[in-house]
Amino acid sequence: MELESLYQEVILDHYKRPKNKTLHPNPMVQVHHINTSCGDEITLNLSMKNGKITDLSWEGVGCSISQASASVMSELLHEKSRENALTLLGEFQEMLQSKGAIHGNEDRLQDGVAFAGVAKFPARVKCALLAWMAFKDAGSRIEDHNE
Amino acid sequence: MSQLLDVSTIKRDFPIFERTINGQKLVYLDSAATSQKPLAVLDAERAFYVNHNAAAHRGAHKLAEEATEAFEGARAFTAKFLNSPKDEIIFTKSATEAINLVAYSLGNADAGSQFQISQDDEILVSEMEHHANLVPWQELAKRSGAKLKWFKVTDQGRLDLSDIDSKIGKRTRIIALTQQSNVLGTINDFSEISKRARSVGSLFLIDACQSAPHLKLDVTELGCDFLTFSGHKALGPTGIGVLWGRKELLDSMPPFLTGGSMIEMVTMESSTYLPAPRRFEPGVPNMAQAVGLAAGLRYLTEIGLEKIQDHELALTKVALEELKKIPELKIVGPEELTNRGGVISFELEGIHPHDLGQALDQYGIAVRTGHHCAWPLMRRFNSVATTRASFYLYNDLEDIDELVSGVKKAQKFFKGNK
Repeated sequence: MELESLYQEVILDHYKRPKNKTLHPNPMVQVHHINTSCGDEITLNLSMKNGKITDLSWEGVGCSISQASASVMSELLHEKSRENALTLLGEFQEMLQSKGAIHGNEDRLQDGVAFAGVAKFPARVKCALLAWMAFKDAGSRIEDHNE
Repeated sequence: MSQLLDVSTIKRDFPIFERTINGQKLVYLDSAATSQKPLAVLDAERAFYVNHNAAAHRGAHKLAEEATEAFEGARAFTAKFLNSPKDEIIFTKSATEAINLVAYSLGNADAGSQFQISQDDEILVSEMEHHANLVPWQELAKRSGAKLKWFKVTDQGRLDLSDIDSKIGKRTRIIALTQQSNVLGTINDFSEISKRARSVGSLFLIDACQSAPHLKLDVTELGCDFLTFSGHKALGPTGIGVLWGRKELLDSMPPFLTGGSMIEMVTMESSTYLPAPRRFEPGVPNMAQAVGLAAGLRYLTEIGLEKIQDHELALTKVALEELKKIPELKIVGPEELTNRGGVISFELEGIHPHDLGQALDQYGIAVRTGHHCAWPLMRRFNSVATTRASFYLYNDLEDIDELVSGVKKAQKFFKGNK
């Protein structure tokens, strides 16, 4: 397995110049997730209006995979409806857990398909999913608030 | 200059070095997590199952007798390894279990017993502990109401004993400290601490997981009451740990896990318990694992722990020198060789440890990355994660070269992608 297949340029680019990596004030919910096996952390702020994501910002420390994935996700899910966001999350997760069999639909996942190579490195799948799981958690909490 | 071992001969005893990783020679620098196993250990375990398998301490048949002999023989050898009487060695499933055994046993003590820990008492650990020698004490403090205190760690990665007077006092009931940090490589000198423990009547437990596999230990000289280490870091199999304790303490401590083969007499209402070691070994023990561990300890003894320590120091010296030449690299832990073992943690500017570990793996190099189950210590050094290389008797200078050039290659790879 080549390093290049894991560390796509897109990933290293997002790692070096992450998007939305500043917590915006007054979110509807804030969640903090930790990858207990390695210590990577993410804090995620989420706001929604009329079933649509209006604000998704984050802050975190961790490896290039976990940080780039948070960056890609924050771009991809911006202004998406809850249903659409959850479907994309499902597709991203399915791709990562496919052991390399699913390459992902670039029209839908955009930069997210760069993580297809991560699926071949089982120890790193959790890194790529950290931000997405934080988003899922935050989304369900907003549901609890009835927005 | 310290003497190096003949690693090419030693490596032939460890079958795992016959395989390759990503098409490259295996450079195994993660022995602080778990050591590789020599054939002698694998053969001993297999021979137990092939020739002598039966439940030790039970049955009147020949095999049961042989199994008991093999298991008790393993105990005798482990005792010799630590220079203790045989009955002071308790086999557990891990060092983690051994520490929990002591913590729970003390917590189970009746009111008024010499072991009782209550809210006026104090438990002392350090910021340097592995979670396995911290969390059980946090829990004991929570259950008993005792106060948990700890030694801090200096910027150089040494135990800060400057406030020892306020840390060890007449309320101190147990002190539990690691002999060698699994993150920093620091070896702690316990001479003053053991003296103080004795003078205030505190128990003293040494976590020797990182030291027993690498240093010659003698429990009659360490001035402690308990010492634990795990088999799998000392060439032995997983599923076996060792607790050494002073017999007079062990015999009067309440049991931890209860059940078969640790009892003296049982009625429907109550039971009485055997003396140590069987008091703390309920159920059919991990016999094959104990036998495998003894084979591992024998292997270490035949080469000689002093020689192994010398060898590791020589490797550490070169590794520290070479790694320090990389400008972006920062060593986390002592940079001098005094009271230091073969564990080196470091950070590399601009590359997260997991990414570095992944790149090194591509080159066949196995290192540990992350918080090393010592989160408070990592926070102390404002670090989220480090990369850790650890050395053992089967590593050589070539491995150090591979590590250093691997780090440089990784730098090139990640910097090339601007």
